[in-house]
Amino acid sequence: MENLKLEELFQEKLDREEKIEPKDWMPEKYRKHLIRQVSQHAHSEVIGMQPEGNWITRAPSLRHKVVLLAKIQDEAGHGLYLYSACETLGISRDELNEQLHTGKAKYSSIFNYPTLNWADIGAVGWLVDGAAIVNQVSLQRTSFGPYARGMVRICKEESFHQRQGYEIMAEMAMGSQEQKEMAQDALNRLWWPSLMMFGPHDADSPNSGNAVKWKIKRESNDELRQKFIDKTVDQAKVIGLSIPDPDLKWNEERGHYDFGEINWDEFYQVINGNGPNNVKRLAHHKRAHDEGEWVREAATAYARKQTIKKNVA
Amino acid sequence: MSDNQLPLWEVFIQSKTGLPYKHVGSVHAADAEMALQNARDLYTRRNEGRSIWVVPSDAIVASVPEDEDSFFDPSDDKIYRHPTFYEMPKGAKHI
Ligand SMILES: [Fe+2]
Ligand SMILES: [Fe+2]
Repeated sequence: MENLKLEELFQEKLDREEKIEPKDWMPEKYRKHLIRQVSQHAHSEVIGMQPEGNWITRAPSLRHKVVLLAKIQDEAGHGLYLYSACETLGISRDELNEQLHTGKAKYSSIFNYPTLNWADIGAVGWLVDGAAIVNQVSLQRTSFGPYARGMVRICKEESFHQRQGYEIMAEMAMGSQEQKEMAQDALNRLWWPSLMMFGPHDADSPNSGNAVKWKIKRESNDELRQKFIDKTVDQAKVIGLSIPDPDLKWNEERGHYDFGEINWDEFYQVINGNGPNNVKRLAHHKRAHDEGEWVREAATAYARKQTIKKNVA
Repeated sequence: MSDNQLPLWEVFIQSKTGLPYKHVGSVHAADAEMALQNARDLYTRRNEGRSIWVVPSDAIVASVPEDEDSFFDPSDDKIYRHPTFYEMPKGAKHI
């Protein structure tokens, strides 16, 4: 069949809200777009373990420690679900790793910010996971089957992540004066980067045209950002913290909060590798990967030996 | 270095006895035992399963989506395989 005809059928299928499965025909550009997006998503889950892992040994109580461990373990799982979905598009795990290491594939910029103290762990769970949830809930309806199914699984696990973060923030916000200041400071530093997680404004978003047509993206960056703001502002009020935005105010007519302009300069600086921790995050990932080489080798050698034994016996 | 991420296995999970096994995704592992352990750690962190199958991905034989129409065609015109095909006399119940 002609490619043009195939592409027409493909679009009709999408318009009927049918999912695309790995072996179905798809335009090369659709495949490329998904590999880029799903791998970036997977890398974000995995790199995102670093700023949190930074605090496991210093968690203030055993309860906090087991919770944080479980949360970070989930993030490793999320990364693996997503790599698994991405591999069905015909790219190997090795290539995915290599693209991360060479900088060809990106990950969410938020993870290039440091976690300076325990309040930051609260703010990460509350804001960063909170923003991720808004995005991921929307992606449960994305058109590529394995990606959509991965999102359903991930969303089920995420709500505990946000709640544990919010619980930490609430504990601190209602604690001593010093703790409250720490909580407010963490919110001050992480608020704007969290809003940036949704990407550029719709008008400046270079990748969204086809993504919308192909139903990879179901809601726009600005729509998702607004959803996140609307629910988070009220959560901040409940625990007596204030959002660091003088322009933030309820707009009766729109039924949404208006908010101030985002510093896109900072956004592009961090994306392009000049964030506070870009170099460190990648170096750490590479080192962990290289240091695991002998484990993979040993496992392969053991498996080979077992097969030989079985064949001889 | 070429692919050193260990072979790929597809994972199927039965959540409760009596229910069918459902495909949930894949894992990389050197052998079957490791595949089972990895699948457990990855896909059943919250009691999602009581039994797991792992199958080497390259052992799976699948029908080809492009042939979907002709492949499933033989069942298309056999509407008499459905109960709605049959006319029941008025007043007949529980049938
Ligand atoms: Fe996650
Ligand atoms: Fe999370």
